[in-house]
Amino acid sequence: MPVSYYIILASALFCIGVAGVLTRRNAIIVFMCIELMLNAVNLLLVAFSKMQNIATPPGSVSVGGSDAQIFVFFIMVVAAAEVSVGLAIIVMMYRNVHSIDINFLNRLKN
Amino acid sequence: MNALILSAVWGIILMFCSILVKNKKAIGYIAAFGLLTILIGNIAETYGTQITHYNIYPMLLLDRFGLFFNTIAILSVFIFVLLSLIEIRKTGKYEPEFYTLIFFVICGITILTSYQNLLMLFLGIEILSIPLYILTGSDKKNLKSNEASLKYFLMGAFSTGIMLLGIALIYGGTGTFNLQPGTHSVVGTYHGISFLEITGLIILMCAMAFKASVAPFHFWAPDVYDGAPTPVTSFMATIVKVTAFLAFFKLCEVRVTDTLTAVNWKMIFAVMIVATLFIGNITAIFQQSVKRMLAYSSIAQAGFMMYAIFSLNDVAKEGLLYYAMAYSLATIGLFATMSKIKDYSFEGYNGLAKKQPTLAATNAIFLLSLSGIPLTAGFFAKYYMLASVIKTGSYTWLVIVGVCFATISIYYYFRLIQAMYFKTGNPDTIDHEITPFFKNMLIVVAVFIVLLGAFPQLLLNWFYF
Repeated sequence: MPVSYYIILASALFCIGVAGVLTRRNAIIVFMCIELMLNAVNLLLVAFSKMQNIATPPGSVSVGGSDAQIFVFFIMVVAAAEVSVGLAIIVMMYRNVHSIDINFLNRLKN
Repeated sequence: MNALILSAVWGIILMFCSILVKNKKAIGYIAAFGLLTILIGNIAETYGTQITHYNIYPMLLLDRFGLFFNTIAILSVFIFVLLSLIEIRKTGKYEPEFYTLIFFVICGITILTSYQNLLMLFLGIEILSIPLYILTGSDKKNLKSNEASLKYFLMGAFSTGIMLLGIALIYGGTGTFNLQPGTHSVVGTYHGISFLEITGLIILMCAMAFKASVAPFHFWAPDVYDGAPTPVTSFMATIVKVTAFLAFFKLCEVRVTDTLTAVNWKMIFAVMIVATLFIGNITAIFQQSVKRMLAYSSIAQAGFMMYAIFSLNDVAKEGLLYYAMAYSLATIGLFATMSKIKDYSFEGYNGLAKKQPTLAATNAIFLLSLSGIPLTAGFFAKYYMLASVIKTGSYTWLVIVGVCFATISIYYYFRLIQAMYFKTGNPDTIDHEITPFFKNMLIVVAVFIVLLGAFPQLLLNWFYF
């Protein structure tokens, strides 16, 4: 399959994520949309990795495209670290205002 | 490598200090000592002494520029910690954790000043930001702090996603994560650069501009800086922002010059500079709170730092280091004084010169430096930035724009000096916290700023020798 199909699929997923972040008002759903964006990037990286692998001439020393797959693991690790911090912040917010609606976030705007 | 290893080790030590050290007052001094060892380790590495000689070349490259910037950043953190010992103790019972997170941020700084691979850029930015999300919310019972923390977190995670998309597209275009571009592909190109790489670079630049709070991606900055506890704001608005600029500069230095045939980067950056200067300066004029005024002023100063990214030459490199030093010191001093005053509005500063002459005098020097008056470090910082544009030979009208906005900025900086010296009032200061040590530190910082302003070659000669 040509790589452009994967690019289109990943862009679509990424745009769904961006649209979700911009329109939804629930902090956890916004956060899930951000995770969707990260996973769209993961898909894109894996597709590019395969593309690079095919492009490498056979018999060369390095395995082409392996670095992108390692990058995917780093993205997963960082996303997990971000989740742990983010959910803690959302819980802290919930304890104080008993809501996780983002519309609450306008007290600073004056 | 020294600073990276030492800061990680000290972060872990401080984590254990929360269990092992019973004397709460000692923790601040332990952290200050840790920063001192990191500083010494980094200076030693500048002159060739390393803990390990492990080869990390394709990922990190510790050149003189990065090491020297590390020295400036760690020195600023050291001064910041000494000035805000009491505030950090007041933010709750989690003092050791506060310092732990600061050490991890330093870890991120050392990665960002030496990265040679986009993977390291991503990791550095994340190591830098994730502790900051926590620090912003460190005042757990304060609603404003909570709100700033959640806002910063959501925006930061969003920009991380955008940055990753940019990196992935650049990889698709060039087939490598190295900062130095690989072979350009031959299919689907525009002026010899692949479409994927151009799109990826533009998206990556947007994410970096977000981290450095450059317009039009600055909207998170005033709210977050206003809501965060004052010591954290001081840390975020100075050291972290300057580091983000350095990472931005390193990226542009290689990639922008490589893709100039396809994208008119100079035009894009010129528009961003004018927008940042305009929004930062004009909005700062109308602020009633000093903390919010400083938040907008930090956006305005970011506009001046963008000049380095616009011109990308040797003068810009020197200027960025110099600006980092001048801007960080002055702003740290201002925020440290602010945390001793209960009312953050301009009226709260009325008559400070009568009640606390030392604080008022040093603050006046910091404000003069920020507005770029000669004989202070801020003047030469701005001078180097504008000189770098003149050296590129094009877009010289940007210099005129810069000077005009520097003049406008005098209005709101001098408004604070006027409040301190020429208005009568009884400012509500926390007197028992204004110790002789605190005053002496402020005087040292002020003297340092004047020295740098009188002899700018002091810092730059050290950079070259």
